Order: sequence, then C-alpha cells, then structure tokens
Amino acid sequence: MKSVIFRTVAPFLSSLMMLFSIFVLLRGHNEPGGGFIGGLIAVSALAIYGIANGVETVRRAILFHPMAIAGAGLLAATVAGLISLAAGVPFMTGLWIYPSALGVEIPLSTVMLFDTGVYLVVVGAISSVALSLEERGGE
Amino acid sequence: MEAWFALLVGIFFTVAVYLMLSKFIIRMLLGVAVLGNAVNLLIFTGGRLMREVPPVIVGDTEALVGPAANPLPQALILTAIVISFSFFAFLLVLSWRAYEDLETDNTDEMRVAEPKDEPAPPLGY
Amino acid sequence: MDIAVLTFLALGLPFVVALVAPALTRLLGHNAAWILALVPAAVFAHFLRFVPEVSNGEIVTGGYVWIPSFNVSFSWLIDGLSLTFVLLISGIGALIVLYSGGYLKGHPHQGRFFSFILMFMGSMQGLVASDSFLMLFVFWELTSITSFLLIGFDHGREAARRAALQALVVTGGGGLLLLAGLLILWNVSGITQFSLLLSFGSELKQSPFYLAVLLLVLGGAFTKSAQFPFHFWLPNAMEAPTPVSAYLHSATMVKAGVYLLMRLNPVLGGTPEWQILLPLFGVTTLVAGAALAVRQTDLKLMLAYTTMSSLGLLVMLTGLGEPYAIEAAALYLVAHALFKGALFMVAGIIDHETGSRNLTELGGLRSAMPLTFAIALGAALSMGGLPPFFGFLAKEEIYAALSAADLRSIVFAALAILGNALMFAVAFAIALNPFLGPKASTPLHPHEAPVQLWLGPAVLALKGLSLALMSGLAHRLISSPMASAIAGEPRSVEISLVPHIGAPLLLSVVTVAAGVGFYLSLARLRGAMATILADFGWGPDRGFDQFMRALVRSAVAVTRRFQSGRLDVYMTVTFILVAVVLLAIPFRYGEFPRAPFFAADVPLHELAIMIIAVAGLAAIMVAPDRLTAIVSLGVQGFAVAMIFLLYGAPDLSFTQFMIETLSVVVLALVMTRLRLSPSDHRPLRQKLPDLAIALACGLGFCLLLLRATGVPFNASLTEFFNQYSKSIAHGANVVNVIIVDFRGTDTLGEITVVMIAGLAILALVRLRAGALKRAAAGAEKVVDEQDVEERV
Repeated sequence: MKSVIFRTVAPFLSSLMMLFSIFVLLRGHNEPGGGFIGGLIAVSALAIYGIANGVETVRRAILFHPMAIAGAGLLAATVAGLISLAAGVPFMTGLWIYPSALGVEIPLSTVMLFDTGVYLVVVGAISSVALSLEERGGE
Repeated sequence: MEAWFALLVGIFFTVAVYLMLSKFIIRMLLGVAVLGNAVNLLIFTGGRLMREVPPVIVGDTEALVGPAANPLPQALILTAIVISFSFFAFLLVLSWRAYEDLETDNTDEMRVAEPKDEPAPPLGY
Repeated sequence: MDIAVLTFLALGLPFVVALVAPALTRLLGHNAAWILALVPAAVFAHFLRFVPEVSNGEIVTGGYVWIPSFNVSFSWLIDGLSLTFVLLISGIGALIVLYSGGYLKGHPHQGRFFSFILMFMGSMQGLVASDSFLMLFVFWELTSITSFLLIGFDHGREAARRAALQALVVTGGGGLLLLAGLLILWNVSGITQFSLLLSFGSELKQSPFYLAVLLLVLGGAFTKSAQFPFHFWLPNAMEAPTPVSAYLHSATMVKAGVYLLMRLNPVLGGTPEWQILLPLFGVTTLVAGAALAVRQTDLKLMLAYTTMSSLGLLVMLTGLGEPYAIEAAALYLVAHALFKGALFMVAGIIDHETGSRNLTELGGLRSAMPLTFAIALGAALSMGGLPPFFGFLAKEEIYAALSAADLRSIVFAALAILGNALMFAVAFAIALNPFLGPKASTPLHPHEAPVQLWLGPAVLALKGLSLALMSGLAHRLISSPMASAIAGEPRSVEISLVPHIGAPLLLSVVTVAAGVGFYLSLARLRGAMATILADFGWGPDRGFDQFMRALVRSAVAVTRRFQSGRLDVYMTVTFILVAVVLLAIPFRYGEFPRAPFFAADVPLHELAIMIIAVAGLAAIMVAPDRLTAIVSLGVQGFAVAMIFLLYGAPDLSFTQFMIETLSVVVLALVMTRLRLSPSDHRPLRQKLPDLAIALACGLGFCLLLLRATGVPFNASLTEFFNQYSKSIAHGANVVNVIIVDFRGTDTLGEITVVMIAGLAILALVRLRAGALKRAAAGAEKVVDEQDVEERV
C-alpha cells in the first residue's frame, strides 16, 4: 500500500483496535463480546497493520510467531479446565476468586482464563493465515 | 416471521448447492461460504426469532426473565462461524496450491488421487 | 493362589510369553526352546490338577464378568472333553516348541516363529476351554489368524503366501458362519454359555431355528476341520514349516471343528438332520482323503491327506448315534493326536536330515537313523490300529460301533474299512519305505537327529504304547470323562488290549488284510489315482484361485463404477440424495408443513436487508469477474450480520462482520493469484439439471424449517441457561456463558479445530511449488515399475 495517509494512520488505528479487542474480551462475560469476537478484532488490527506497513513489521511487533500465540492460547484453555480437576471438581467447572487490590474487588476465574485462551487461539491461528497470505502476495 | 426466514434460508441453500455443483473450484468455494451462512440461519431460525432483545441479564436480577432472544442457537452459531471461516480459508489455500501445481481449477482434470485408467491391482498372491 | 486366578493366568501365559520370545531367542539362539517349552509344560501341569475332579464326573467352571449388560463373561468350562483337549494342546505344544528349536536352528526369524506358535497355542487352549460363546468365537478367529501367520511363515515363497491366504479365507469365512450360528443360538435361548446350554437341548430341537443353527455351526466346523469339499486348504497348508504341520494340522487346529461338534452333540445332536449330515460328510471325507493320500509321494502331503481322512472319521463317529460311536470318537481323537503328531515330526526329521521328503527318493535310512525308524514304526503301528498300541483300542471301538446288522451300519462299516485300509497302507509306506531297502542317495548325508528333534516324537509314540498298556487307568482318567462329556450323560469306556472274539475283531482283521494288500500294490494304486484325478481336472483348489480372481475383478469393477474420480459426479449424487431425503420422507409420512403464515407487517428495513441478501446471492451466481464475486459474497455476509443484529444477537453480528471482512481480504489475496474467472462455464443442458437439484434442496430445507417452526418450541434448555447463567456461572451474557462455561469442553474442541486448520494452512502455504505434481509423477513411476515386474 502506497498511500501515505493510510500508512500513517494504520499504526494508531491498529493500536486502538487491539485495545478495543481486549476490552471486548474482558467485558464479554456480562455484555456482548468475548474471546471469539475480541480475537477477530485483533486479527483485523494486525491485518490492517500488515497491509499498510508490511508483514515483517507486524511479525516484529507481535514478538512471537502467530502459531506460538495460538499454542499458548490452547494451553491456557486446557489449563483452565485442568485447574478444576486439581480442585477436585469435574473438568471445566468454573472457579472464581475475588482478591481485592487497591480497595477494588477484582473477580478472577478459570472461565476468564479459558476465554483468554480462546482469544489467543483465534488471534494466533487466523492472523497466521492472514499474514502468510499477505506475505505471499507481496512477492 | 419464521415463514419469511424459511424462504430466505431456502434461497440461501439453493444458491449454495447450485454453486457447489459447478466443476470449477472457485465457484465451489463460493458455494461453501454461502452454505455456512445458510446453515447458520437455519439453526438461528430453528431456535425461534425474537426482535432486538439480546439474551443479557440486565441490572441486579439473578435470572433472565421476560422475552429475550434464544441464547442457545447463538452460542452454537458463534463458534460455527469461526470454524467455518477456518475451514473456508483452508479450502481456499488448498485449491490455490492445487491450481499452482496442476494449472487447472477444473475438477475433471484434478485426477492425482484417482487417476484415469488406473491399472487393476495384481491378481497373484 | 486361588485356582480360578491360576487358570486365568494359564490361559493368558502363552500370549505374554509370546511377546518376550523373540528377545529371548536373540539371547539364547535355538536353546531358548528349552525355556519356552516350560510355558506349555506349566499349563499342562496346571490342568493336570483338574484330572481327579473331572474323572469323578465333576464339571469345573469359573471366570470373570466381562460385559454384564450383555450377559457376556470371560469364563471357562473344564469337563472331560475340554480337559483332554487342553492336555493334548499343552503337552504336544511343549514337545513342538522343543522340536522347532532344533528344526529351525539358525533360522533368522526363529524368535518370531516361537512367538507365533505360542500365540497359536494360547488361542487354541482358550478355544477349547471357553464356556462363553463370544470367547469361543474370539479364540476361534485367533487360531485362524495365528495359523495364517504360521503357514505364511516362509513368506518369500508365493506358494506359502497362497496357502496362508487360503487357510485364512476358508477358516475365517467358516468362523463368520459360526458367529452367525452362535448369535442365533444366543437369541433363541438367551443363553451365552455352553455349560447352561445342556438343559436347553430338547427345546432347541423343537425350535424353527434349529436347522439354521445347525447348518451355520456345521459351516464353521466343516471348514475348520477340512471336511470335503472344504478340505483343500489343509494339504496346501503343508507349505508351513513341519513343526506347524505337526502341531496345527494333526493335533490341534483342525480338531477345533471336531471339538465344536462334540461340544454341541448333547445340544444339537440326536436329530435325523445331525445323524444324516455328519456321517455323510464324514465318510466322504474319510474315503476321499485316504484315496488322495495314496496319490501323493511327498511324506507331508501323504500325512496331510490321511489327517483329512481321520477328521472325516471323527465327524462320522460323532454324528453316527450308534452305541459305541461316541467312545470310539473319544479314543480315536486321542490316538490320532499322538500318532499323527509323531509321524509328522518323523517326516520333518527325515526332511531335515536328508534334504528330501519324497518317498520315491528315500531308502535304507535304518542304519543311519535307527531311533527315528523305531519311533516311526511305533507311530505307524498305532495308526494302523495294531496291538499293543492305543490306535488298536480306538479301531476296535470303531468297529464295535459299526458292527450292527442293519444296512446303514453295513454301508458305513464297508466305507470305514476301505478308508482305514488305505490309511494303514500309507502309514506303513511312511514308516517302512524310507528306512528299508537299498540306500538311496539324498541331498544331505543322513545321520541321527539331535535330541531336540527326536524327543517329541519319541514321547508321543511311547505315550501311544503306555496308554494302551494301562488302558484301565487311561479310560478312568481320560476316555470315560471325555465320552461322558460328548454324550452329555455318564459313559464308561471298557475296551482293553485283550482281544474279544467277535464281529469287531473280524472287521479289524479284514482291514489289516486289505491294508497289507494296498501297501504291496501302492505304486499301482498311485498311478491309477493320478489318472483318475487328471481326468477329473477341476478341483476346489483351482476353484479357490478362480474365486479370488473374480473377487478382485469384481471389486475393481465396483470401485470404478462408484468412484469415477469426478468430483462433480460425487457432488451431484450427494445433493440428489439430500433432496430425496428432505422431500421424499415427509411425502411418505405426510409430514409436510401446513400452509405457512407469511406475516404481512414486515418492517421495511428488515425487508430491505433480506432483499440485499438475495441480491448479493444472485450477484454471486452471475458475477462476470472475480471482484464482483468477492464483493457480492461480502454483501450477502453483511446482510446476514445485520439480520443477526436485528434479532437480538449482537455477539453473532459482530463476529459475522469481522469474519466477512476477513473472508473478503483472504479471498482477494488468494484470488488475485488465480488467473481464473469465477464465471460459469457450464453449458445450458447442464445448468438446468443442476438448477433443478439446487432448487429441490432449497425447497427441502425451506419445508424442513417451516415444519420445524410449526411445532411448539421446547424451551427447557434455554430456560435452564437463562435461569442459571448468573446464579451459578456469574455471567450476565448468557451466550458467552454457554460458550466458555456450560459448554466449555465443546469450545475447547472447537478452538483446537481452529488451531489445526491454522497449522494446516501454514503448512500448505509453505509447501514448495510443484510438490503435488511430483507426487503424481512419483506414483506413475511406481506403477511403471510394477508393470515391469509383472512382465518379468
């Protein structure tokens, strides 16, 4: 993409979309949103960034290989299920704790870990596809 | 309203099947993409329709009471959308590579797995 | 330890040791046989402990529950019949393991051979010890499979491969008949164990399924026990190493069919069908086997055909229903296992030491191999039914059973005398001809066999002598309990070596006289038989080849018919079927929806979105170029997303929006690389049928949905999720709670699929160009090479 405007705007747009995707992920349990949607928004962010500034830039920016991210996500989701087993309840039973930090009660749960895993798998697997196709397109 | 949706689903299926009956991979892929939507709409309608009220519990109530959309088909479809996209992307890349190698997108000429005039297996022991 | 646990271990031990046999053989060479022979010896010793109990007429059962809901158990039944069999199998098994230690000394795959033969032994003893039908069937098929491995042990030769496959097809096919028979029996009686079946016998004989059960069981037994016309695999199985022939084709596997008939005699026997079919097939096999044996000059083939004869004799006796027939069958079965095992091993010794087993090339071995000669003579005397060997007792009892004065007995007695006399001639041809006469030159210089080789046959021959000398004890411990088990009522065997002047002795004398006559004119008989067979030409053996060729050809034809290799044909057939299922089934059952209610008050914006969706679909169908097709695909996708948004599914809507965006991007990225137009190249005469199929499918789904939405909605699941989403799972967005909590394990599977798809796409993208073409070219090259080989 040669457009200067697009190349200038793209990093900001992508960062905003990344932020938004995490927001969507975290609020998903109580309002529309969740791991799948958040993940897809993040993929779009990466795709836009890739089209504007080249795939190599994106690969450097996300530090890990996309499939590694997906693998980490699958691991997180599986661990979320296994924690329940360790606690002596059936696989995938949701467990909640409410630690308070700075006077605010923060609900944490295995369910959230699981949803984060879903998010990471979607981000990793689909951005891997998009990036590798964009890469080939540039040849 | 379900009747209108049934009609729409019928049209989706018709187009999907018509495209998939083509001999050309690209059109078959378009058909697969449409088929995904057709099936999703079928499930969505099968769970009954309800306008505008998402299945989200509002305020301090403990349970979802009163009319709201059916959450179950939505949960099924949500994952189905993502999976059918992954599947679609896979088929797309597969046919692209097949095209690069075989230089055709006509399924009649894609005979690597089942070649024409394949020799019969040996009859001995 | 508890005797039930020990029995279970004894049944499983051969399989366990089979696993370590190759390693042990690598360590110790052929001497591993001394250790491995301890396994069958230990089993023998264990089952010997049952002898006192069983000889008192008791029946020992035991086992473990396997699938309680189907009333299936892993259970065993030890009575006179199965005990005799188990003792024969394990006792001869120990000797065979020793023998194969010497016979295959230095063979590169000797360890594998030990492994196979132990597995076979385990299957065989499991078969005869089984109480439950299913267990019997499993072991039955296991003997077929292990014998396939053993016959094809020398798999480098085509004859061995063919023989192995033939045995597997014939006996395995018979096994399926047996399974069907047992299942019908199970269904009719509700009984799954032989030990409980006895009381059901009279009821079963009244049942309309009796004949079906009988024919199916006979199908299994006759193929396994090589009854005419299923006998042809037995002589071909002589391609196996001699220890296998001695074990499988004399003492054990071929007797499995006879065992089954004996086991079921109290239940199925005694009817006119039983008393016609069994003696008829038995006596045919007896005479045909003996006649074919005379024709052969190969020692092993001669023995194989006489084995067939003996099996015929056993089947005949089991089915005869005459007073002494059951006792005769019990005695002859034991005698045959002893003398035939010994003779096979003798044939193996001659082959091993001289390099030939052709009767016409052998002679004068008595000075080089005196011990082998003595063993051969002992076994042949028993086979010929001469005193003081066990075979004599068996033969006397057989003639006692056939000495009634009615026509049926006279016919069977005449045929039995003919068969026995021919077997007598063959027995002495094997025991005398190689050892007497002038010394013939053989490929190897003959000398006496090592101890591992002669020990087995010597023990068996001596056993044949000692059982006869101590006949009272033998009858009390072995023969009487066995005969009682076969008959299903207490029987006592009395016969001893003291000759009783009477009809049976007279028939014996006639047999011996005829046998001596046949022996002296053996060469002439052989020529005559060869001429007869040559005139006949076709036999079931050649029929098997024709059958196999026809099978392959028809499989090819069917595959070509149904797998044309054209994707559009597959798709067309699939969707026609979809349409038929959707339309024909409601038509047949009158399940079409009532006239649908099309609401008139559709809001304008909803109608507009629907129209946009349909327009997008139409545009895809007629798109003249790629870009139009991609954009149109996006249009219908976004329209669907809007529909989701309007109908209370914001989650779906957002997901659909993102996915459609990504689809368009990905499609554009790939499609630019395909220099293709997406427009339709179909001629009109193909377009119209395709459109008709598509319309039928669309109509079908439309009607399905109308019908489905026309019935009251069962909202119990939805209510459950709405009720507990917040109170149990602490989430207000019910859709998300279902995905990550209630149905979390499903989602875990789904993200795994996404992950795998991602990996597969990555692999495809990275694949070097031209890989498919190279694979195709490689496949063609392989085919070419095969062609060359076939032509050579």
